Amino acid sequence: MARTPSELVRAEPGPPFEITVDGRAITALPGQSIAAALWCAGVLAWRSTRGGGRPRGAFCGIGQCYDCLATVNGEPNRRACLVPARPGDAITTQEGHGRAGLGV
Amino acid sequence: MGDSSDVIVVGAGVVGAACAYYATRSGLSVTVIDRGPVAGGTTGAGEGNLLVSDKEPGPELELALLSTRLWRELAEPLPLQIEYEAKGGLVVASDPAGMDTLRELARGQEKAGVLAEEIPADRLAELEPHLAPDLAGGFHYPQDAQVQPALAAAHLLRASDARIRLGEEVTGILTATTGEVTGVRTATGTVHAPHVVNATGTWGGELAQRAGTELPVLPRRGFVLVTEPLPRVVRHKVYAADYVRDVASDSAALQTSPVVEGTPAGPVLIGASRERVGFDRTLSVEALRRLAAQATALFPVLAGVRAVRAYAGFRPYLPDHLPAIGRDPRVPGLLHACGHEGAGIGLAPATGALIAGMLSGGPLPLDPAPFSPARFVGGAAP
Repeated sequence: MARTPSELVRAEPGPPFEITVDGRAITALPGQSIAAALWCAGVLAWRSTRGGGRPRGAFCGIGQCYDCLATVNGEPNRRACLVPARPGDAITTQEGHGRAGLGV
Repeated sequence: MGDSSDVIVVGAGVVGAACAYYATRSGLSVTVIDRGPVAGGTTGAGEGNLLVSDKEPGPELELALLSTRLWRELAEPLPLQIEYEAKGGLVVASDPAGMDTLRELARGQEKAGVLAEEIPADRLAELEPHLAPDLAGGFHYPQDAQVQPALAAAHLLRASDARIRLGEEVTGILTATTGEVTGVRTATGTVHAPHVVNATGTWGGELAQRAGTELPVLPRRGFVLVTEPLPRVVRHKVYAADYVRDVASDSAALQTSPVVEGTPAGPVLIGASRERVGFDRTLSVEALRRLAAQATALFPVLAGVRAVRAYAGFRPYLPDHLPAIGRDPRVPGLLHACGHEGAGIGLAPATGALIAGMLSGGPLPLDPAPFSPARFVGGAAP
């Protein structure tokens, strides 16, 4: 049987809670980053690039590459790999820079 | 001999690249040597402004007007990656007294051939919808433009067909017993040429010293604050009237005035700070705090976006705010092309064209006398 990282470190996380991805409910564990919660739910891409509209998700996973940007509770460009998931967080797939409303 | 050419250009920044470009086009063989990479000094630390708007009438404005024309020509053969944008500048004043100052400046500039249009307060939003609503007015300068400076230098250098030696420091200038330059010594050998061009920017004084002469170039530090990528929120290069005063000042203390512009890649660049603190790269929170505060006062929309990084650079400052372009009076064969302060990207093509003309004996596009390095000889700096 496959071992999971939480088994390997003998984690005893608290009770799971819900967050949403583009309106769909998924389960997250206390202490999980948003990126980790998305991965666990099988979601690998949550942003499209500014130029070509290509899909992006977590790449470095440690806050350096800025590939995993997501719109969290309406605020764009949050690094999903660093932001801890909180109950009720609304993650929305970010189109490009996520600031289209500011363009003139 | 393999390691010889007509001209050695020391410095692979935008000025060195422009000197190489125009010198090879006038038929000379050129070797460019730099101790670092292309655009590793001040060129890579600027915003890439090609401005006429911030210059008072005089020799520097003449140089800038020529350069503006030359950049427009260069934008044709060079690839799109240099991000040449004829975006225009917008200088704004916060009160009627500031507008009077701008009017006076513009009147003088117009006589020199600068295009400037007064924009009353109620028309500012047409040009820049996100500008703060309480400004007194401004002037639009359609000739102002921008390039991505590191890419512009790199493509200019590639287009020059010069031989390029990077990561090789020039440790000495070779001279004949009669005093003429015969080449340079580097960390790994010698390169021969009857002409050496000092295009080492802020480090121009150091190279001059190695050649047995002097040039009083000092570093004037500046920070640029970079926002997250945004859609186009700022259309022009927008800056406050105070910026013109700061550029012309001689103060060593920290001065900041808001200069805000977008880039094709998305981030908005926020300047400009000036201070003379030597080659100290320490991040100045005070400078960044002021830049952020002034930029958000000009463009309130920026208060809601993130600044993701900042970088520092050292402008090559000469005490009379004019670059040194021309022959060194003490070392035959040595020419200087440095000391452009914060305007090196803009002034590079005209500088290169002048240097090429001097080297080849061809016609000079303008009178180089005001830029002569001889003005610093004998401690008689103006």
